[in-house]
Amino acid sequence: MGETLHIELGRRYRFSASHRLHSPQLPEAENQRIYGKCNNPYGHGHNYVVEVRFSGPVDPATGMIANLADLDAFVEEQVIEPFDHRSMQDEVPVFRNIVPTTENLCREIFARLQAFPQAKLEAVRVEETSNNSFEYAGEKPDSRERGRGQA
Amino acid sequence: MVYLTRKMEFAASHLYHNPAMSAEENRRIFGKCNNPHGHGHNYTLEVTIAGEPDPVTGMVLDLKELKEILEREIMQRMDHRFLNYEVAELQGQIPTCENVARVIWNLLEPKIPRGRLYRVRLHESADLFADCYRNGASGAV
Repeated sequence: MGETLHIELGRRYRFSASHRLHSPQLPEAENQRIYGKCNNPYGHGHNYVVEVRFSGPVDPATGMIANLADLDAFVEEQVIEPFDHRSMQDEVPVFRNIVPTTENLCREIFARLQAFPQAKLEAVRVEETSNNSFEYAGEKPDSRERGRGQA
Repeated sequence: MVYLTRKMEFAASHLYHNPAMSAEENRRIFGKCNNPHGHGHNYTLEVTIAGEPDPVTGMVLDLKELKEILEREIMQRMDHRFLNYEVAELQGQIPTCENVARVIWNLLEPKIPRGRLYRVRLHESADLFADCYRNGASGAV
């Protein structure tokens, strides 16, 4: 089948972790002003939801872009195991140097999942709470703008 | 450009089995989804139409009209059906989320009278879905 259609597989995962928003580049008072409650020295936690979308040809033999069991195992190893029930700035090395905002978390998860061998990672969307979500699709032109030209 | 989305739910059963592969291979690749008696899901379909609102009606596409198209093309075909045996468009295909989303796209696209079909998102469960776009038009909604 000639693919004039672009199909993506979406999957949602969950983990719980704590973080503290604090920038060592800023003075104490400035940290408190910018981050407010999120600067509490002992940290606080969230139930994070990670939504990932992968694209690729749909294998006619299986009807799948990627084998779900393989994808689940990869995400478990790359994201759930290192983040679940952890304190990000204390236990995930990358967040020793950058502030563990969910913007930065989104980019970190994207970087980790890009290596999945069976399909192309299109986007990572992280819900920090049911009211806040962040999406990162790599450094490419705004896809909505690209789409507009196709009409 | 405005993107409008209509959501609809249907319930259907399916199973994954490729007759070109051995029983063991089917079991290994498809796991529980290979159960010969099938199993079911509550599917959630989200259909997004892109377009400019009509200056008189203020609508991209009348939602009532879209609802009727979804009812006729999708609900009547798929709701409370066994997808492998009762949906002609899925014959010879494994009815995964990816393939069902593509079939839904192909059924709907020619029927949309105003605006254009931008995205079909089909949720098989809260944690598994497939998105279908025309090539080159993908992205966040």
